[in-house]
Amino acid sequence: MSTQQQEPESQEAPADPEMKGTQSPQERRLEEKEAGLDAQAEADAEAEGETVHIKVFRYDPEVEAKQEPRFDDFHVPFEKGMTVLDAVMYARDEFDSSLTFRHSCRQAVCGSDAFFVNGRQKLGCKTQLADLEQPIRIEPLPHQEVVKDLVVDMDHFYDQMHAVEPYFQDEDTPDPADLEEQRQSPENREKIKMSSRCIWCGACMSSCNIAAGDNEYLGPAAINKAYKFAMDDRESEEIKEHRLRILEQEHGVWRCQTQFSCTEVCPKDIPLTEHIQELKREAVKKNLKFW
Amino acid sequence: MYEHDVIVVGAGGAGLRAAIAAHEAGADTALVTKLHPVRSHTGAAEGGINAALQEGDDWELHAYDTMKGSDYLGDAPAVETLAQDSPEDTMRLEHWGMPFSREEDGTVSQRPFGGLSYPRTTFAGAETGHHLLHTMYEQVVKRGIQVYDEWYVMNLAVTDEDDPNDRTCHGVVAYDVQTGQIEGFKANSGVILATGGPGQAFDHTTNAVSCTGDGHAIAYRAGAPLEDMEFIQFHPTSLPSTGVLISEGVRGEGGILYNNEGERFMFEYGYANNSGELASRDVVARAELTEVAEGRGVNDEYVHLDMRHLGEERILDRLENILHLAEDFEGVDGLVEPMPVKPGQHYAMGGIDVDENGQTCINGLYAAGEAACVSVHGGNRLGGNALPELIVFGKRAGRHAAGEDLGEPQIQTGYGDDVEDETDADLPVQPGEAGLETAGGVAADGGVAADAEGILERTVERERERVDRLMDRNEGIQHAEIRQKLQKAMTDHVNVFRTEEGIKKALRVIRECREQYQDVYVDDPSRTFNTDLQQTYETRNLIDVAETIALGALVRNEFRGAHWRQENQERDDENWLKHTLISWNGGEPRIFYRPVILEGEEKTYEPKERSY
Ligand SMILES: Cc1cc2nc3c(=O)[nH]c(=O)nc-3n(C[C@H](O)[C@H](O)[C@H](O)COP(=O)(O)OP(=O)(O)OC[C@H]3O[C@@H](n4cnc5c(N)ncnc54)[C@H](O)[C@@H]3O)c2cc1C
Ligand code: SF4
Ligand code: FES
Repeated sequence: MSTQQQEPESQEAPADPEMKGTQSPQERRLEEKEAGLDAQAEADAEAEGETVHIKVFRYDPEVEAKQEPRFDDFHVPFEKGMTVLDAVMYARDEFDSSLTFRHSCRQAVCGSDAFFVNGRQKLGCKTQLADLEQPIRIEPLPHQEVVKDLVVDMDHFYDQMHAVEPYFQDEDTPDPADLEEQRQSPENREKIKMSSRCIWCGACMSSCNIAAGDNEYLGPAAINKAYKFAMDDRESEEIKEHRLRILEQEHGVWRCQTQFSCTEVCPKDIPLTEHIQELKREAVKKNLKFW
Repeated sequence: MYEHDVIVVGAGGAGLRAAIAAHEAGADTALVTKLHPVRSHTGAAEGGINAALQEGDDWELHAYDTMKGSDYLGDAPAVETLAQDSPEDTMRLEHWGMPFSREEDGTVSQRPFGGLSYPRTTFAGAETGHHLLHTMYEQVVKRGIQVYDEWYVMNLAVTDEDDPNDRTCHGVVAYDVQTGQIEGFKANSGVILATGGPGQAFDHTTNAVSCTGDGHAIAYRAGAPLEDMEFIQFHPTSLPSTGVLISEGVRGEGGILYNNEGERFMFEYGYANNSGELASRDVVARAELTEVAEGRGVNDEYVHLDMRHLGEERILDRLENILHLAEDFEGVDGLVEPMPVKPGQHYAMGGIDVDENGQTCINGLYAAGEAACVSVHGGNRLGGNALPELIVFGKRAGRHAAGEDLGEPQIQTGYGDDVEDETDADLPVQPGEAGLETAGGVAADGGVAADAEGILERTVERERERVDRLMDRNEGIQHAEIRQKLQKAMTDHVNVFRTEEGIKKALRVIRECREQYQDVYVDDPSRTFNTDLQQTYETRNLIDVAETIALGALVRNEFRGAHWRQENQERDDENWLKHTLISWNGGEPRIFYRPVILEGEEKTYEPKERSY
């Protein structure tokens, strides 16, 4: 149906089946939902139009039938522009309301829907179905404890983020009441720009072999977070050194073996490996202890 | 049971700022949020924060622009507070390390935005909200403020005096999404609702899936009125399939809107002969839908936004983000094809009725951010004015809840002497209560549980029973079906164009949804991360919120700001310089009005025509 029109008459769903092909995925979804699509209709949909075959990882520690991890197959009607997140939402709303995953913004800013899609860490909302080979396997992020279905426990990731003291520490600043800002050159802002884009999705950490083997390794996201502060000219030398000490400890920057897997999967294109290397150089320059 | 002085519900921009302020004022503060703080919707904001920072600009100009933008439905004391406090509060973000875009001399940059008489929009690239959210979360971590993340707040623990003005809020009831455990959170000095907007009441929105108006609904059922709910902003350029926002920046840089005949319709059909594509949001949204209604839409649904003529270099330099959005979310390459766009629900100007200190008419209950209506946006919000609202009024609510004296507010709340009753609203169906699941906003203490803990325990008990009931049932209807029906009715009938007939249709559907909700059940039997259960709660909230939007739209028979009515396409200052308030009264929505405050500190804002 055409949903946003002035005339009440024209708000009815178009009767003409020809219209289907020209509808947006959202409209198509809604129309089919309205028609009360159920498991039976799923088969019809497949017979009628193009569908996408997704295999979704299922596990629930509490429900007997799901205690043994398995994959469920869903066939989701396909429209141009549909993403992996659209597909799992469709499967949940139409076929199985217990299918569980995190999601919120649908626009790659909240970082909650990082999944393992066909063997690679991806944001569900940012990944077009059309770009993937079928059947599409959708799994939770590897190397993280699975809470249920596609939901993993993020506590360890958050702990590592917090471990680098991720906050501005300079207390010696002018009074904001005087509208006196700290100055930062456009060049310096440019330098920290990429590092500041992280949305805490956890994809990089999940892709990192070192993090998988060493639970204490700070990991690429946390080191990148520290980079943002370490390179900001508004922070004092003293604090920068304090932060570098955190970073160059045993499970810090020196653990990185420059495998680039984090950089490859980051949905925000942050040059993580480069940032880690740069911090290693800083630590050497400052003559900090080498582990 | 958990216990703190101040409990902030929601950890977007408003909640984080409120928590920092309450903590600084010495209160033991906790954040309870259904999403981890950095997942909050504030992260999606692109454009910027308005603050009169530069010489040549001043807060009075900002206040003036905002009153005019509001179509004279803003309350001057709130608008002036926003304009006065925003510069310092924005600077404070800079001191916390927020990476604002910079000029050559190292000062923060500002840019022009629609409806502003001075370029006062401070920004951090096209990702201002992301940086604002993360910078404030960092400060929360620094201060060691307790965060209960992935805890869903189900209800408020409020006493049951007859008059909501006499009620007191003692805390909230929430459940741990990861384990399903339901607990009480006792607040010794205040609860602040910072739960964001209700965009999910519509099926096509730029808002996150989490924007379900939970705070609106629980405050409303506890007796705090909702104010000006009919004022919903529709953004003219959202992607048709997902509702993802294509920033106003594209039109700002020279992007052009075309209909299916390749006509530049903003000029061709005289919608805005002066500003064309850059007319205000409501004007452009109406123009687009008129094109579609008259058969000139593309695929009978949307129009085209073309930026190809700007050239690859300029696009990559200034609008790179837009290329990614169109590609990732619509599968369209903006360098070689025009982008499909249509209006999408974007922002709720109305919300929980509060004063300048963020306080509702219920003792100890506060609201801030998009969930609240203080009101600074009136009939129409200016771009860049929501983010300063979060930090200015988030801060004030935090301080006041922590016991700081901020002076006597000038704005009244609740049902008092200053209000006028609605008598002749002709409603197509009986709105309000239906069925077990929507019953009961406050904890009936019946003299048994008069103390705070008793009230809280009773409320916890009631929510546990409700969950058991929802989970025990094995058949009935699922929330998704009801939600879709509700969203469709709102989009069909309470959209950019509104007719009495249409709004009444929507109210009838909302009533049906209410009745169906009596048979709602949760299919997922697990207590672990049960999103089925959470969405079932959210859907109930959406029904109540959608009803207030539709009721407000029905009674306000005039055209003001974003609210267009076919029957009366003119602003009617004689009868309508007043706020619509709807409160939940014994299971029935009660509609009443409070006059707009046009007198500011020194001057009065005289209503003038808004021309484009
Ligand atoms: C795409 C987009 C772009 C925008 N751009 C701009 C801009 O450039 N400038 C501007 O000024 N404004 C902009 N806005 C508007 C502005 O971003 C929002 O109004 C604002 O961010 C809302 O912030 P908030 O803190 O009120 O709510 P949110 O950020 O939505 O946070 C709500 C919080 O409440 C929590 N919550 C909700 N319900 C519950 C519950 N039941 N239990 C527990 N927790 C709960 C959530 O977890 C979340 O933490 C934009 C909006 C959108 C959608
Ligand atoms: S650095 Fe990239 S991959 Fe890692 S958490 Fe941040 S956004 Fe995700
Ligand atoms: S849903 Fe927010 S990043 Fe995908």
